Formats: sequence, C-alpha cells, structure tokens
Amino acid sequence: MGRPGAGYGTVSGSGAGPLPDPELDPERTRAGRIPRRCFLSGPSPSARRLPASPLEPMDFWQYLEAVLYIVRGSGYTAGLILGAMSLGLAIGLPVASVQVYGPRWLARIFRVYVWFFRGIPIVVLLFLIYFGVYSAAENFAFERFGLRLDLSPFSASLLALGLASGAYQSQIFRGAILSLPRGQYTAAMSLGFQQRLALTRIVLPQAHRVAHPAWSNEYSILLKDSAVAYILGTLEIMARTKFMAAYTYKHIPFYILAGLLYFALTWLGVRGLRFLERKTRIPGLGHEF
Amino acid sequence: MTASLPGAGARPAPGFAPGSAAGTSPGRVQGPAPDSSPEGPPASGAASLPEGPGLSPCLLQVCGISKTMGGKLLLDNVSLTLGAGELKVLIGPSGGGKSTLLQCIHFLTPPDSGDVLLDGESAREMSRRNICLFRREIGMIFQDFNLFDHLTARDNVAVALRRVKGLAKKAAYERALSELDRVGLSSKALLYPSQLSGGQKQRVSIARALAMDPKVMLLDEPTSALDPELIGEVLKVIQDLHDGGMTMLMVTHQVGFARHITEEFLFMEGGRITERGSPEELLREGSGSRTADFCSKLSEIQGG
Ligand SMILES: Nc1ncnc2c1ncn2[C@@H]1O[C@H](COP(=O)(O)OP(=O)(O)OP(=O)(O)O)[C@@H](O)[C@H]1O
Ligand SMILES: [Mg+2]
Repeated sequence: MGRPGAGYGTVSGSGAGPLPDPELDPERTRAGRIPRRCFLSGPSPSARRLPASPLEPMDFWQYLEAVLYIVRGSGYTAGLILGAMSLGLAIGLPVASVQVYGPRWLARIFRVYVWFFRGIPIVVLLFLIYFGVYSAAENFAFERFGLRLDLSPFSASLLALGLASGAYQSQIFRGAILSLPRGQYTAAMSLGFQQRLALTRIVLPQAHRVAHPAWSNEYSILLKDSAVAYILGTLEIMARTKFMAAYTYKHIPFYILAGLLYFALTWLGVRGLRFLERKTRIPGLGHEF
Repeated sequence: MTASLPGAGARPAPGFAPGSAAGTSPGRVQGPAPDSSPEGPPASGAASLPEGPGLSPCLLQVCGISKTMGGKLLLDNVSLTLGAGELKVLIGPSGGGKSTLLQCIHFLTPPDSGDVLLDGESAREMSRRNICLFRREIGMIFQDFNLFDHLTARDNVAVALRRVKGLAKKAAYERALSELDRVGLSSKALLYPSQLSGGQKQRVSIARALAMDPKVMLLDEPTSALDPELIGEVLKVIQDLHDGGMTMLMVTHQVGFARHITEEFLFMEGGRITERGSPEELLREGSGSRTADFCSKLSEIQGG
C-alpha cells in the first residue's frame, strides 16, 4: 500500500556505470508500467556522460551536462508556480467576495477552508495529498472502474501549493475589497446590477489593482515555497539540484546555481507583475509611481 | 404585509395634512400610513384623495417603513407618497435617518417592515431578479458621488447600460455621451473620477442615474460635499430635471433652493417624519414649527 518512496531512492542504486535516471527509476514507477512523463518533461538527462563515481573529477562537458539538467528544472518550477498561482487566484477571488458581500453560511464554510490551509505547513499538505488523497483516488478508481490512474507528484504539488495559496490570496483580496468604499458596491446595486455582476464588474477590478503589491509578494513567497515539492520527487529545480549534488559531492556550485535560478525566476516574475501593474494603472486608484 | 400596517386605510393620506393644524403645531402628523389596502391598486387610493397642489397619480408609495439596525430603531413607521412629477424635500438634523430612509426605499437595505410600491408594484413581493429591475427604475444620487473609480466618466454611465440593460457597446457609449451632454460634461467623457471636480463628479453621477431611465430619483444631499461655487452647477441640473417633469425625493440643506422648488417639506427627526407641509406653511414667520427653527439656523450658517 502507499506510494513509492519519493525522491530518496534515486541516488542509492548508483554503484558504477550509468547514472540512474530519476525519470526512469523503477522505484518511482510501479513495476510493469511504462514510465509516465509529466507534461513539462524534456528528454531525460543523458547522464551517462557523468563520471562513474563521485570521486572522479568532472570535466567541462560533464559540468555543462549537470548544469543543463538542473536548469531544465526551471520549466517544472515555472509550471508549478504558474499553475498554483492561477489556482490560488481562482479560489481566492470568489472566497474573498463571499467573505465580504456573500451569504453568511457560505462565508463561514470558506473561513474553515482558510483556517485549515493557512494552519498547516505545505510539506504536510504535500504528503497528505500525495499519499492520502491521491492513493485513495487511485484505489477507488481501480476498484470501482478498473481504471489505472497514475496521478503525478507534479499535479499533487500543484494542488497543494494552489490550495494553500488560495487561502492566502483570499485574505489579500478580502483586505483589498474592504479597503474600497462600500459605496462602490452600493452604487452598483442601486443601478440594478445583479450581485455577481456588481462584484465582477465594479468591485473586483478595483480590488485587484489595490491588491497588486501584496499579490506579487505572494508570488515571490510561493515560488520559493515550491522548492519543497522536491520531496515528492517532482522534477523541479530543487529535486534536480539535490540529486546532482548528492551524486557528485559537489554541493556548493550546484546549490549556488539553484539559488541563482530561484532568484532569476523571482526577479522575472516580479518585474513582469510590476509591468502589468503599470499597464493597468488608473489615475487615482492604487499606487502612484 | 401591508394589510397589517397600523391604521392602514383609515387615516388621511400623508402630504395633505389638514390646513387647520397650522396653528400651534403646523402640519404635525404622527406616522400616518397611506391608503394601502392590498386589493385596491394604489393609483385608485391616490385618486380618492382630496385635491392638493399639483395632484397627480401617485407614482411612489412608501408605506409604514420601519428599520432597526444595531439594536437601534432608525426608522419608525415612515410613510410618504410621491406623485408623478413631484419633488419633495426631506430635511432634518444629522442622524435623523434620512439616508437610511432613502436606502430602504431603494431596498438597498430592505426595511424590517412596511413596503414600497412603485407604480403600484410591491417591492417586498418581488423576486431577487425583479428587485434589480425595481432598483433600476429608481435612480439614486449619493452625497459622496460613488462614481466607479476605475472607469472613465463615459464608462461610468455606460457600464450599467451594458451590464444591466444589456445594450451593445456602441449603443451604450452613444447613450452615455448624450447623457453627459445633458449635464454639460461631454468634453470630460474620457477623464477618470479622480480628474474631475466635485461638481463634475456629481453631474456624472446624475447622468449615470438618468441613463437608466428611472421613474423616480432619490437624491441624498447631492450638494453637501461641494464647495459653494460648485453647488450652483449641480442645483441647476436638478432644476432642469424638475422642469422636465422628473419625480424626485431630495434630501438637502440648501433651504433657499428647496423652498422655491418644492411643494412639500418633510421634516425628519429621530427616525420619524414629524412635520410635513408646504414651505409657505412651515416656514411662515412665527409658525413655531421645528422646520422653521431648523431652517433659520441653517440659513444663519449659510449666511442667508
Ligand atoms: N449600520 C448601522 N448600524 C447602526 N446604526 C446605524 C447604522 N447606519 C446608520 N446608523 C445610525 O442611524 C442613524 C441615522 O443615520 P442616517 O445616515 O440615516 O442619518 P441622516 O439623517 O442621513 O444624517 P446626515 O444628515 O448626517 O446624513 C444615525 O444615528 C446612525 O448612527
Ligand atoms: Mg445622510
């Protein structure tokens, strides 16, 4: 029962000879199955060029190979963060709207959601979803419909990060909505708007501008939180770095590289959001530059 | 609901208080309810009234509205009627419940009891969808404008035309521009609220309300956030509307303007309408009415 050991088993099998490919590792894919590829996966590293033993020195090409292998992880990290931020946005906006203007009973339900997902660490959430929810879902699908689902650690990470971010984002937007004068909503209702349209056409377009700085902060935090996804064996930057560092014993250069990659992604994202903020700016609303 | 109103149908309709009362306590009435027998259409109720100044079929009927908020009784059985083309002025000290009354009439905060009838249709019995239609027929002007800050003047007017009335973009913009023209702001159509003066903002908000073709306008101190030089331009728009036959209920402290434009003052204090009558009647020298007292104090502050 349970899911295959994640992330750890990959290094152990490496005596001499070809490097165990984490994407082909038999421990990570159950016996007899064709190894599945995540949608962002590139070709698996032609790691065979790496030295047979950690004690051998590495030449330039071997370094390059290792570096490229880690850099390709940014694709996974970027996909993870984009997906999780979008999921968080899709959850956060309606939750915030309901908490301020919606029916009391629904607001109460959402409050429990926010408590739960803000209250537990993302690592715990990752394990709960991957080993708990996913296993249950796979077993259920197999016993009920004979379907062999193989839910990827990538999607489990995305779900965990997205659900957690949704809880945080809802509070970012709740603050933004509360900071708008209530008269904006009242005025819309007085013109005969349906409540949903008053929210989507009047309240939220203003709230998202007010929330922008806090939202880009959430992006930079979540990006770095996404590093814990390595623990399920999602092949993002951190997992690849850890693998490479452990295999070659060259920790410092590879972790510096990982740091630089995270820094670059943060910088790019924050710059991009700042650009959007400037593009959507409206005189008298939100922040002047 | 309306059938259980205290004194429904038995009392004289408000707004036509017997002139004899003008002696010691002019026009003083105690929360009268208009004829609101559920079977008869309200128009017939209005038709049976004794003739009064500018009497016309009753368009808006407010029947015995009460509202409690935060454990405080803010509106205590308030009733009034508005005939087509009438303008009535609601006046009274701060905290008297004037804004609350307008919000209740609009069902933005539904009253605890009582009802509002527009053209004889009861707002209380409306479904959620119809209440939106009801609100659309009543224009509301706010003290602090409440223009949508993320939209230009033109879009402020057009957004409800598109999202509520379902007009196409082009038609909505055309209508918006013609409404802005009507309040003399066609040159400001593409400016954002933060780029407009207070008087201009209030005119945009009037244009926004007018674009919905309301049958009635409720104005909540439309000029009190404006400095004296800007008040005139807004009052002129209101005067034009009145001349054009718009039915209006206006809260204002512009006594001078109010007394020459209105047929009836409603004085509101402590959640009730305590006095009502024509300006001549209430503001006459030595009438001893609260209204006269209040207005003279206002005039002192405003310098005549
Ligand atoms: N949500 C609320 N809960 C409790 N009390 C409220 C609430 N809203 C308003 N009030 C109270 O209702 C009373 C009437 O307020 P309202 O705004 O209707 O007065 P007003 O006549 O419009 O005054 P002004 O001339 O200052 O605008 C005030 O005493 C106010 O404190
Ligand atoms: Mg008020």
